[in-house]
Amino acid sequence: MNKYEPVIGLEVHAQLLTETKAFCGCSNKFGDQPNTNVCPICLGHPGSLPKINKKMVEFAVMMGLATNCKINFKSSFARKNYFYPDLPKGWQTSQFDEPICSNGFLEITADNNLRTIRINRIHMEEDAGKLIHDETGFSLVDLNRCGTPLIEIVSEPDLQSPHEAFQYLSKLKQILLYLNISDCNMEEGSLRCDANVSVRLTGDKSLGVKTELKNMNSFKNVEKAIQKEIERQIDIIEEGGKIIQQTLLWDADKEEIKIMRTKEEAHDYRYFPEPDLLPVIIDDVWKNELMSKMPELPDVRRKKFSNLYKLPEYDCEILTSTKELADYFESAAKHSDDFKSISNWVMVEVLKFINENNLSVNQFRLSPINLGKLINLINDKTISNKIAKDIFAELIERNIDPLIIIKEKGLTQINDSKFIEEIIDRVIKSNQEQVKQYLAGKDKVLGFFVGQIMKESKGKANPQSVNELLINKLSLMKN
Amino acid sequence: MPVNREIVKHIAKLSKLSLTDFEEEKFTLELNKILEYMEKLNSIKTDNIETMSYPVDGFNVFREDEIVNSIDREAALKNAPQRTDEFFKVPKIL
Repeated sequence: MNKYEPVIGLEVHAQLLTETKAFCGCSNKFGDQPNTNVCPICLGHPGSLPKINKKMVEFAVMMGLATNCKINFKSSFARKNYFYPDLPKGWQTSQFDEPICSNGFLEITADNNLRTIRINRIHMEEDAGKLIHDETGFSLVDLNRCGTPLIEIVSEPDLQSPHEAFQYLSKLKQILLYLNISDCNMEEGSLRCDANVSVRLTGDKSLGVKTELKNMNSFKNVEKAIQKEIERQIDIIEEGGKIIQQTLLWDADKEEIKIMRTKEEAHDYRYFPEPDLLPVIIDDVWKNELMSKMPELPDVRRKKFSNLYKLPEYDCEILTSTKELADYFESAAKHSDDFKSISNWVMVEVLKFINENNLSVNQFRLSPINLGKLINLINDKTISNKIAKDIFAELIERNIDPLIIIKEKGLTQINDSKFIEEIIDRVIKSNQEQVKQYLAGKDKVLGFFVGQIMKESKGKANPQSVNELLINKLSLMKN
Repeated sequence: MPVNREIVKHIAKLSKLSLTDFEEEKFTLELNKILEYMEKLNSIKTDNIETMSYPVDGFNVFREDEIVNSIDREAALKNAPQRTDEFFKVPKIL
């Protein structure tokens, strides 16, 4: 057992996919010209009054429902005061003592263990603007992002390894994408993660002093940074030192941790209730209405794939990794009841094409119906699996009934055993040397014969029949 | 005296104000006077009264998620002490 164990909690910020900002009607689009999506409210002009975006509230409730949270009947906004040029009002409108959701949990699998990670709270808040540091000794401010709606999802310190942190983040992202409430693009900053890390002697009940890690811009970096921080803390303790509470920045290029500020410099946010925004009340009627709008979530869907389609656990995991892929599979499953074959085709051929061409599932042109038909054509022996793979690229390109392509190219599988036997006889006759080898016990030569026969038939002979008939004929020669 | 000079210094720092020694002394006295006056409110019994955070009653005042035209950039940048064509310009922040 390790001498020390890490204790990790994550704070995850997700930008919400609303049309407009949290408290004003400015567009929430990423990448527009600087300072074009701004108005007196998000610029913090005196006298302007904010108004709550209903969609933001609904999205926050949906995330709460998806993570087993209690949806609080009453929640309210608060001002978190700090002075920084990316926030012209001088405070961030956030939630403090009355968040919209609390006490939830997520189940994750890490190293084959099912683990329950408690969620302390989910609250709504607004994003700050963007600072650009140029060479002139000034900083430039773009306030397009200022006021973008965010939810902050705060876990309890239940994560026990960097890998668990990675799995937890992946699960959160998967759910956010299923709900279609955030695009979770870490590079564009629509999903951000801070980690609270401490270590203690294994088995200890009390918590060690924690540090807060920021600026990790990918899941892999979150894992790496936490690992580094754990090692750093253990080194300090082993050398007889003490951990001090501080905020640290991860430098992804150098893979190093830098000190941002210590506790003495920590912010004093002076939270107080936001007098310009009235409380939010979520009654059962509204909550149930939102619940009915929610899609099946990954865990439920995975179980369904296992029970209904009888697929192996691995298949269920892959197929439900995104809602789009799961939808695709289920549509195809309406047109062919060979679910395992559909699963194989989706996991291998479809995903290969999508990944190679950098597409999303929604951009994949072959309809699930035509994939289902293709599988049925293999199963009723109209074509071989090999032919199906050969025409797959063209099938994707044209997205038509696969039977049309097969007829155009004359690729219908030959199941007629008389015809196949004729080819076998020809091949045997012209390859006497290999026949001798086979009769002498060299079974491997069988593959050579099959290859020759398939070539003769232009790939159309039913491979299973070829195998059977060939073995029959050769074994007759043995006697 | 609930407010000492250290607290005044801290508040000044958070407010980005630089105070002279004289001002620090003066504001310490004034802030204490204000707080002492407010202290009178504590003599009123409020045990069974709910905290009031808002001047008006009500809840769930929302807007629909529909875009309302923003103001144009020129108007947004007009009042800034320093600017470029596209951005607000501020002293270098790290």
